[in-house]
Amino acid sequence: MAATAQPNVKNVWLGGVEPMKASYGKLMMWFFLISDTFTFSALLVAYGLVRFSSPAYVGQVADFVASPAYWPIPEKVFDAIPFFHGLHAPLVFVGIMTFILIFSSVTMVLAVEAGHRMDRAAVEKYMLWTILGGATFLGCQAWEWTHFIVGTDSGTVVKELINGDWVTHTVFGANLTQNQYGPPAFADFFFFITGFHGTHVLSGVILNFLVFYRTATGLYERRGHYEMVEKIGLYWHFVDLVWVFVFTFFYLV
Amino acid sequence: MAHVHEHEHDENAGAEQRKAIWRTFWILLAITALEFLIAFTLDAGVLKTAIFVGMTIVKAFYIVGEFMHLKHEVKSLIWSILIPCIFVVWLLIALMREGGSIFDLR
Repeated sequence: MAATAQPNVKNVWLGGVEPMKASYGKLMMWFFLISDTFTFSALLVAYGLVRFSSPAYVGQVADFVASPAYWPIPEKVFDAIPFFHGLHAPLVFVGIMTFILIFSSVTMVLAVEAGHRMDRAAVEKYMLWTILGGATFLGCQAWEWTHFIVGTDSGTVVKELINGDWVTHTVFGANLTQNQYGPPAFADFFFFITGFHGTHVLSGVILNFLVFYRTATGLYERRGHYEMVEKIGLYWHFVDLVWVFVFTFFYLV
Repeated sequence: MAHVHEHEHDENAGAEQRKAIWRTFWILLAITALEFLIAFTLDAGVLKTAIFVGMTIVKAFYIVGEFMHLKHEVKSLIWSILIPCIFVVWLLIALMREGGSIFDLR
């Protein structure tokens, strides 16, 4: 290394050097997000494997009836919205949820931008909007889960082999072993994938609140920079990104 | 972040950046709206799935590139993030094919 002969060059081992021109914290957040990508991919890849190894529904979409014998059509499963009981509104609610999360991502990046200008009031304002968006999303998800677990009015008649006898009974809603909408694996993946994502949103909201609190108490202003907003922002955008993939692979296709 | 240390409270500071943020938002919203339109007008099939996957990648590009600022980072950082993701795509395709073959063998 020629660096040893030059007195003005910073020693690379004593800090102050930023590899890839990103600060330590930001780089570590990127590496964490890559590992989290693998975790979410594992869930989505497993979903793809099980879906392709299960029988698909053949026939007209309009004639679709839920049965454990074949994989359901998502738009026939997720067709309810709050306060409009019995209305067939396919994917509308999940569309609203997607919009809320994308919008909270926008307010987050606006908070980061305000942090660059050292505009404390604007950072506080946008962090509050982001927290509100995240909390609203969690509320929507709680409703969606409740609806999925409780089930529809009529349920689905299922024929099962129990202790050597064929037993016919009606299944309402879904849990980890029974599912009125399709094969039990479909409900399992719904709970695991949206649940894992929801956990990320929850921890994101908590982190966002922490950032808001520390902005409001002036910690970042005293520190001289709002880099923590950027780091937590990266995490929050990642949560939004994962939802974009969940939305496509679980609800659309 | 040497370029951002402009401590004067100038109203115009970052105006360009804010414009880019809102532009990205409208693009993401338009793609999501288009996805809904396609979901209810096009028959299920390979084409529909391909369109959805394509649009998802475009959305991911805007979120990661603009919101997460990766587009404006140095090349080595961009590639250290993108290259590992190639393995994910490979695993997804491999295991979906595997799933199809499990279905055939059952």
